[in-house]
Amino acid sequence: MRSRRKVVVGALSAVAALVLAACGGGNVASSGGSGGGGGGGAADANGVHNPSTEKGGTLRFANSGDWDSLDPADTYYAYSWDFIRLYGRSLVMFKSAPGKDGATLVPDLAESLGKSSDNAKTWTYTLRKGVKFEDGTPVTSKDVKYAVERSLDKTTFPNGPTYFNDFLDLQGYTTPYEDPSPDKLGLKAIETPDDQTIVFKLKSPFSGFDYFAQLPSTIPVPAAKDTGSKYKEHVVSTGPYMFDTNELGKSFTLKRNPNWDPATDPNRPALPDRYEVTLNVNADDVDNRLQSGDLDVSIEGTGVQPAAQGKILADPALKANTDSAVVARLWYTAINGDVAPLDNIECRKAVLYAVDKTGYQRAYGGATGGDIATNLLPPVIPGAQSFDTYATPNNQGDLDKAKQALQACGQPNGFKTSISYRAERPKEKATAESLQQSLARAGIQADLKPYPLADYLKLYAGKPDFAKSNGLGLMVYGWGADWPDGYGFLAQIVDSRVIRATGGNSNLSVKDPAVDALLDKALTTTDTAAREQIWVDIDKKVMDDAYVLPGIWAKGLLYRPTNLTNVFITDGFQMYDYVALGTTRK
Amino acid sequence: MLVYIVRRLFAAVILLLIVTAATFLIFFVLPRLGGATVDDLASRYVGKSGSVEDIHAIAVKLGFTDPIWVQYGRFVGALFVGADYSTGPTTVHCPAPCLGYSFINQNPVLPDLLDRLPVTLSLAAGAAVLWLVGGVSVGVLSALRRGSVFDRAAMGVALAGVSLPIFFTGLLSLAIFSYWLGITAPGGSFTPFEENPLLWAYDLLLPWITLAFLYAAGYARLTRAGMLDTMGEDYIRTARAKGLPERTVVVKHGLRSALTPILTIFGLDLGLLLGGAILTESTYSLPGIGKYSVDAIVSNDLPKVLGVVLLGSIFIVLANLVVDLLYAVIDPRVRLG
Repeated sequence: MRSRRKVVVGALSAVAALVLAACGGGNVASSGGSGGGGGGGAADANGVHNPSTEKGGTLRFANSGDWDSLDPADTYYAYSWDFIRLYGRSLVMFKSAPGKDGATLVPDLAESLGKSSDNAKTWTYTLRKGVKFEDGTPVTSKDVKYAVERSLDKTTFPNGPTYFNDFLDLQGYTTPYEDPSPDKLGLKAIETPDDQTIVFKLKSPFSGFDYFAQLPSTIPVPAAKDTGSKYKEHVVSTGPYMFDTNELGKSFTLKRNPNWDPATDPNRPALPDRYEVTLNVNADDVDNRLQSGDLDVSIEGTGVQPAAQGKILADPALKANTDSAVVARLWYTAINGDVAPLDNIECRKAVLYAVDKTGYQRAYGGATGGDIATNLLPPVIPGAQSFDTYATPNNQGDLDKAKQALQACGQPNGFKTSISYRAERPKEKATAESLQQSLARAGIQADLKPYPLADYLKLYAGKPDFAKSNGLGLMVYGWGADWPDGYGFLAQIVDSRVIRATGGNSNLSVKDPAVDALLDKALTTTDTAAREQIWVDIDKKVMDDAYVLPGIWAKGLLYRPTNLTNVFITDGFQMYDYVALGTTRK
Repeated sequence: MLVYIVRRLFAAVILLLIVTAATFLIFFVLPRLGGATVDDLASRYVGKSGSVEDIHAIAVKLGFTDPIWVQYGRFVGALFVGADYSTGPTTVHCPAPCLGYSFINQNPVLPDLLDRLPVTLSLAAGAAVLWLVGGVSVGVLSALRRGSVFDRAAMGVALAGVSLPIFFTGLLSLAIFSYWLGITAPGGSFTPFEENPLLWAYDLLLPWITLAFLYAAGYARLTRAGMLDTMGEDYIRTARAKGLPERTVVVKHGLRSALTPILTIFGLDLGLLLGGAILTESTYSLPGIGKYSVDAIVSNDLPKVLGVVLLGSIFIVLANLVVDLLYAVIDPRVRLG
């Protein structure tokens, strides 16, 4: 029993390094949106705008920043994982389909989803026959193994996720670049008994391994063509498109891959002939160009900037070309039980009752910025349920209940505390100010304490002794999942065992052994429905504990030029599905 | 003259070394003095999921664990003899003069800079011609018609030009001329001169005008003040008394004298611009050196920043040298030697 617990704790601790989600950033793995259709514009019954099978034309994308990397081993943005499916095929992928269907996994390079054995510690995939690299070389299971092996090398590929590092039974293996075996395939945790079969062996059971298999790290890489950190200059394609030109930091283009065989690929319509992607484009200019027809897609999928949002929402013709995307992201405030008097649950409840959540919503731009959240799990996550443990009239706070809670807490006249937020984020500043105002109504006086974004978790709010000694009772924060799944969303923000004294924590406040036990139970529960119910149970327990003040379930306003065809938002990435898009502009 | 130039160039090399050392200190030493560990520095180059071990491995790989003089020596050494960098399975050579190797993009900095230089050169050169011709002409006319409606209007516009930031005039002009009227190229457009000179000029027209508007304003005011001073001098009266045509008096005697301070400022401005027109390039999404340096700063890619600083310093030093040489041409009282 003890050893089993150690394994589970070990697995969960390892997850600390995974960063399943995006540290509350705006442009991280869970950026765009889902849900669709909020803004208007006619879509067909399935939620698809301009359905079409017509091929040809060029799709023009722009990115307001730089790509972290085009290398499948080194990328950690949702838009990148969405886009990479155009030039790479992982073992499984999120189905190219609108809404909830888009969050289901379907086989891609593999013939079927993974087959588990040994209590979900061993996972086997069989590759489709006939899949080739862009140079015509057949893809084998060894190319997939090599791709995963190289993704383990975090000094060469520092940006990518570390799921395989943490869950595979590596036995000390670090990188194929220092692998003495002649074929560089010395990792024992992955076996390739033949060219079509690949077997993954894990340290501990993980019932959701198919989510790992959809990671770009499983996109095959031919060892002979691997140039390490330079490979991103020309990734060898297995998808319908291959690199034509690539100027790092500036732009790249994709053209059709003559060795992609649609007969081996039921997932990609491959409509356009060409993709042009420009990087580091002024964000406001991206919005202008979308509206003027000089651009087709803002690739980050996080929605238009505030300047364009005002203009678009005021113009019905423009508004008709928008989609309101619901994101697997929660903007919330952690209530720190280490700081007196918030160590008393009644005082925490007083905060939850006193807050005017409409102010929280206004800080994020009103209804366009997101829906008022009443619990943790965003509705876009499968199995999520909305409930409101601390309901107040019109979400504007209930001062009577707040005062009753304060009475029960032994602080009938209120108390003093501090609210921290990330200084560079105007929305978090507005949130903190709004909280300050609404809490003052109940007699809770709060100082505002801004800290630098880059070190917010490492040195300040995410460092328990700092937060305690500086009296950070309320810490404004946000969290998004790598993929729409309860595990991906919750593990890093509610498991008390991932909290490190050295800082860098994303769980800022939840410390409940009962929640930890529920997480352990979920990891070994293979039945999907039962597992999803456990995520809801955890959500309810955390709300009962009053450790989290949920603020906003984030939304983004996506603009869709009229020449785009087959446009829909997928719940897999919560933005437009880039595999499906086509264009009428030739 | 030759000795003067050699002496100035030698001084320039020393100056550049001091500039690199100062920049190096700012980026690599100051954070350490502020309490940052080498792992803190390295953590900026590790993805979201980096473990403590990963971060330290990156610190070692980037050379942060070496003593600071070793790091600086490596940087200076690379300038003269080049350097080798590991890509994982292979090693790439960054030939001399190696301005550094990007932490983020994993490629040498100099080719990147050379690749972006034509954009910045095109932008700076075109705008410089516009602001010099426009600013000086308006300044001269204003001085000659002091107090007139033209003078007042021109100086009013000049004041607006100096006051309005480029990210305002730039975005506004893009919205009006590119996206509403559709008569100029949209943001992000750039065609190399050798590919199509007409398209090159068309793409850059709006950035040129925006940038020139800012500078021309200052030049007009400076020229006007200089001309007003000069035109009141005794030798101007003498020139007029000799019966010289007014055009000769104004251009040959008045303007020539008033040009000296303009030239000084022009040299500095152009040198600075060649190191990157940061706001203009960012507003118009032009992939020049200015945009490159902003992106490098945002991503904390220090070798890139260092490279831009070095290149910018070279331009400023060279521009000043050229200006000093031109003094001798414009003003006969100046003798170099």
